[in-house]
Amino acid sequence: MSRIGKIARRSFLIGTAAVAGGVAFGVYAARRPAPSPLSPAEGEVALNPFIVIDRAAVTVIVPKAEMGQGVQTTWATLAAEELDMEPADLRIAHGPPGKAYYNRAMGTQMLPVANYRLSNWQENLGAQMAVAGKFLNLQVTGGSTSTADGFDKMRHAGASARETLKEAAARRLGVARSALKTQGGAVVAPDGSRLPYTELAADAAGIDPVTAELRPQNAWRHLGKSQPRHDQAPKATGTAEFSIDVRLEGMKFAALKRNPYQGGAMHGFDASEALDIAGVERVIDLGDGVAVVASNSWSAMRGAEAVRFDWGKGSYPETTEEMFAAFDTAMKGGANSTFLDRGDADTLPNGATEVRADYAVPYLSHAQMEPLCATALYHGDRIEVWSGNQIPIHCRAAAAEEAGLDPEAVTLHTPLMGGGFGRRGYTDFTRYAARLAVRMQGTPVQLLWSREEDMTHGYYRPGAIASFRGAVRDGRAVLLDGRISGQAATPSLVRMLLGFAPPGPDKGHVEGAYDQPYAIPNARISGHVAELDLPVGPWRSVGASVNGFFFDSFLDEMAHAAGADPLTFRLEMMKDEDPGSAAVLEAVREASGWTGRTPDGVGRGVAFCHSFGTPVAEVIEVHRTEAGIRIAKAWIAADPGLALDPGNIEAQLFGGMAYGLSAAVHQQITFADGAAEQQNFYDYDAIRMNTMPEVVDIRILQSGDGIGGIGEPGTPPAAAALANALFDLTGERARRLPLADQFDFVV
Amino acid sequence: MAKLTINGAARSVDLSDEVPLLWALRDGLNMTGTKFGCGVAACGACTVHIDGEAVRSCQVAVGDVWGPVTTIEGIGTPEDLSVLQQAWIDNQVAQCGYCQSGQIMQAAALLAETPRPTDDEIDAAMAGNLCRCGTYPRIRAAIHDAAQKMQEA
Repeated sequence: MSRIGKIARRSFLIGTAAVAGGVAFGVYAARRPAPSPLSPAEGEVALNPFIVIDRAAVTVIVPKAEMGQGVQTTWATLAAEELDMEPADLRIAHGPPGKAYYNRAMGTQMLPVANYRLSNWQENLGAQMAVAGKFLNLQVTGGSTSTADGFDKMRHAGASARETLKEAAARRLGVARSALKTQGGAVVAPDGSRLPYTELAADAAGIDPVTAELRPQNAWRHLGKSQPRHDQAPKATGTAEFSIDVRLEGMKFAALKRNPYQGGAMHGFDASEALDIAGVERVIDLGDGVAVVASNSWSAMRGAEAVRFDWGKGSYPETTEEMFAAFDTAMKGGANSTFLDRGDADTLPNGATEVRADYAVPYLSHAQMEPLCATALYHGDRIEVWSGNQIPIHCRAAAAEEAGLDPEAVTLHTPLMGGGFGRRGYTDFTRYAARLAVRMQGTPVQLLWSREEDMTHGYYRPGAIASFRGAVRDGRAVLLDGRISGQAATPSLVRMLLGFAPPGPDKGHVEGAYDQPYAIPNARISGHVAELDLPVGPWRSVGASVNGFFFDSFLDEMAHAAGADPLTFRLEMMKDEDPGSAAVLEAVREASGWTGRTPDGVGRGVAFCHSFGTPVAEVIEVHRTEAGIRIAKAWIAADPGLALDPGNIEAQLFGGMAYGLSAAVHQQITFADGAAEQQNFYDYDAIRMNTMPEVVDIRILQSGDGIGGIGEPGTPPAAAALANALFDLTGERARRLPLADQFDFVV
Repeated sequence: MAKLTINGAARSVDLSDEVPLLWALRDGLNMTGTKFGCGVAACGACTVHIDGEAVRSCQVAVGDVWGPVTTIEGIGTPEDLSVLQQAWIDNQVAQCGYCQSGQIMQAAALLAETPRPTDDEIDAAMAGNLCRCGTYPRIRAAIHDAAQKMQEA
């Protein structure tokens, strides 16, 4: 077996460790590839627990960012299933950073293969990539991978815990383990008497962990059923603690102010007016910006606005027009990628009708509800940090670097997050808080970004343009040649995670276009990456948020050029290429009662995107009203392979769609004089209660073919479905976002 | 030092009178259930009641507070949930949950004035409360659910 294979196996070995009054079940983290996976050398391992049982409770460690996607509840349910406990009876904690918490499912996403075409060996290769070297630092919540990542791990941890507790009970009772059962968090003896896990925990710590086969799906009692989320009561009562809610004795409140010309230098500043503001105590130089420290956040934010700066300019184009001109130039140059290149995309097939269209989408802010924020307390020889983040190991490293300490001297807490959408996959807000705390030794300080500070600084969803040429004949597409150009979202993230950006073709840049399940005989997608210095990064659904709109809009244009029904047009080309995707499209057809015809004043559009392993189809219906166009109704169908929690999956699907519709209708970040122009929700609006469509039906299919993502796949089809519906209503094709620039919506 | 009545209790806040109520609650009194989202009354995350009326606490200077204040902490607790909060849980409304304190305060004011709101009335009352997770369909369901349960009670 290869060395990588050994590490992969080793990382699944369940170990135990004694904790005060109990036992922890987890996996041993490999600090470095070890010669023997079975007996790691001393000092090379640390147990990273997934389940901790003490006299008080059974606690599940969910080392994932809970940003609203419900991952804590789903992971707890996976453990509960094997533990024979009610999921609601488990306590949940995030836990510290740990290499054993690397994201196994993320490796697969690094392979340049369309997800719907992944074979088993490729998936295994991806899993192996995920455990190699630096990938062990990938304790990442992202790429809609959490459920796939935890599916085996948490059940193994639960099964091992259960059997080991049974073994402890067997020894105590002097009976065979096979004579015992488990139920409701207790081992049940043959005579019916019960030994609660919490009472057996200390015994179990002295026993080699017992492994067990995972239960088959037909024996599941919780998985596959909608679970009440454990965080609902705290979130309905204002008692859930987010990063911004951390309160420590003697804590100061600070506001960050950075250069609006992003990446530009700070040549100097004058803080005198800021220091005159009541409540403002100090203005601290952070190198490329300042923190204004005050008795409360409002005074700090006012102070930050009162500091006068001498800012250096950024090194990217100063206006949106120049940025998009750079995309144009990049498109005319050589391609960074041609992941799809089938048949002859250069020649117009005989007798075919040519179709051409150009598209553009703007830069976007994540605009998560909770502005960026982190809290830190520096003690000189150690630092404690509270930060809602998606990459704990990297945040810990950033804080260590700022404090000049070893990572072991950093205690990182990861509270609940008021949305993330990709923005919390960076270390900047954690790093600035640590940098500030080092200047305030012994005093805890919370560093808040005002909404304006958050919105006027990336990492933005990059803007992009596309130029498509296609051809139709006999009701089918016979040619599709798409060129996509813009900044690439993922290199800045990969560079931060791995220390380098892999050279070569960038898959993320063209996801949602090159990897769609249509049998078009002559097809090519080329990606043209424009290198600009503006900070960009992943935004819910990453490349598919861009290309889902480009690619599917163009399919719709081809359908109309072919004189075909838009849904049937897609379906005919999909059914042999990927039956699973076709089933999703069929499901949304049936749910929406799609006929291809709509009465006057009503328009319907369909769109489809296969992203993060999950095919999703959406139908949007728009109504013309006296107050403008209303996005009236929506239908969604999706196949995540296995639906572990249908209620939560529904929420992610309609929520993902709403996120996509918000961007499609309202949102853009534009630049003038080198600075972002939008400041706050008044010029960066979103779908609201009165503009959200009625979600009439959501169909969840389960092909049983692996576990796809669910946090992101609802987003990509939304813009295209809406644009296609607007075409049906008005006859006017939308090729640029946001749509409110072109259409008069109800607001 | 401003003196306020918050959730029925007399409180004094050691911050200047011009500081908005939002920050008096959050930073002065460590009552963090009320959230900061925008600072300009564009998102509704900071909604509280003053004298029963839903207001954006980021826009009211603590020295200008004209009546008793009710915050999310005064509506109910995990151990003693209000009917509205129970409806929120029953309908599994929250995703990230950050906006939900404001949503619930806005909905509570709506139901106090309009015990059985129509969909249009819900739209009108709730349009100022942003949710980036898009939980609106379940917020609507929870409001209808609570309205029915309050009438049955």
